[in-house]
Amino acid sequence: MTCTVNGVPRTADDVWEGESLLYVLRERLGLPGSKNACEQGECGSCTVYLDGTAVCSCLVAAGQAVGREVVTVEGLSGGPDAEPGPVQRAFLAAGAVQCGFCTPGLIVAVDDLLSRNPHPTDPQIREALAGNLCRCTGYEKIMEAVRLAAGGQA
Amino acid sequence: MMDFLTPVTWADALAVKADRPEAVPVAGGTDVMVELNFHRRRPAALLDLTRVPELAAWGRDGDVLRVGAGVSYTRLIEELGGLLPGLAAASRTVGSPQIRNRGTLGGNLGSASPAGDGHPPLLAAGAVVELASVRGTREVPVADFFTGPKRSVLAPDELIAAVLVAPADGPEQFAKIGTRNAMVIAVSSFALALHPGRRSVGTGIGSAAPTPRRAPEAEEFAAAHLPWDGPGPLDPDLARRFGELVSAAAAPIDDVRGTAAYRRHSLSVLARRTLTWAWEELCE
Repeated sequence: MTCTVNGVPRTADDVWEGESLLYVLRERLGLPGSKNACEQGECGSCTVYLDGTAVCSCLVAAGQAVGREVVTVEGLSGGPDAEPGPVQRAFLAAGAVQCGFCTPGLIVAVDDLLSRNPHPTDPQIREALAGNLCRCTGYEKIMEAVRLAAGGQA
Repeated sequence: MMDFLTPVTWADALAVKADRPEAVPVAGGTDVMVELNFHRRRPAALLDLTRVPELAAWGRDGDVLRVGAGVSYTRLIEELGGLLPGLAAASRTVGSPQIRNRGTLGGNLGSASPAGDGHPPLLAAGAVVELASVRGTREVPVADFFTGPKRSVLAPDELIAAVLVAPADGPEQFAKIGTRNAMVIAVSSFALALHPGRRSVGTGIGSAAPTPRRAPEAEEFAAAHLPWDGPGPLDPDLARRFGELVSAAAAPIDDVRGTAAYRRHSLSVLARRTLTWAWEELCE
């Protein structure tokens, strides 16, 4: 299958079209940023952009992503060796990362929120992140990170 | 092996479904992909509907709105919130932003879960489901669409094309019980539509019977007793009786999400509250 990932056309071989986009990203394209936790759209750890829309990549069939534009958490900074993006910096500054497993999905979800609503209220942040679970329960620091990113202070 | 079928027009999609009636339609994947990921299902073929532009469109068709089966919950909220406030309110309670971005109204109907959030407002609004195949098109009232848990009148060669529903002509309300506000399957839910012009009331019960269903006796009671002539405060006894009749129309079971008794009780509360809210909205 062929699709654009983080601006680069990518081709994966031996793809079963019913496997998830998440599996393709992690296991076939070597992009392990998107995390595999629940595989049923409950946890948000696998959140990516598909044609500009934030989705759970575990619920997108590989065949549905053919020819589409995918942006993963890796695409939100300049690359593996580049500086972190603004939402990523805010998470670091606020100490909003504990075990880190939920962080990539949250970074994409926050990026999506701030692109639509640059100055969200706390209830709007909570609503936007309702589909991203942090099992360390570090939500207060995550809220702080979003406020930092929205204020351009990170 | 599994075939992955990717029609790019509605005519193609119907032809493919006629040729491969065993193919499982998939749009947002919020139900189908879970079954695949957990190896609960390995269909011989998946029929991808995300490349069929006709399904993603909505528009006016005479007096009714025709909402394509592929319209997502996010679009129902953002684009149809004013015309279909009950359906939009229910859509806001679906999953999370990521799920609402992908999940579709047609998928909700096709899955035919007794707990589907879109079903009660469609029942309350008297919506009609448009089913299509190469044999032709038929229109089925939502109240007749569901035949049992996860079962519907959809024939193997048919696809859900659209929902036909009149824009709200009065207040519409939706309420749902769950353990949190997001990412929850309804323990019970209830939708209400008031039609002051023709002095009638629509209802829809979710997650409290083998299928979503209306509460016809409650509808008749409210239509006959609401003070349509001189709108003023709602008689609490009327609201309470309405709640009792809605509760009596349910046929709930005990399951992991709640007991039958709790479902009956919560429905009576939801019905009383939504009627009160809707009546206040009407009086404003």
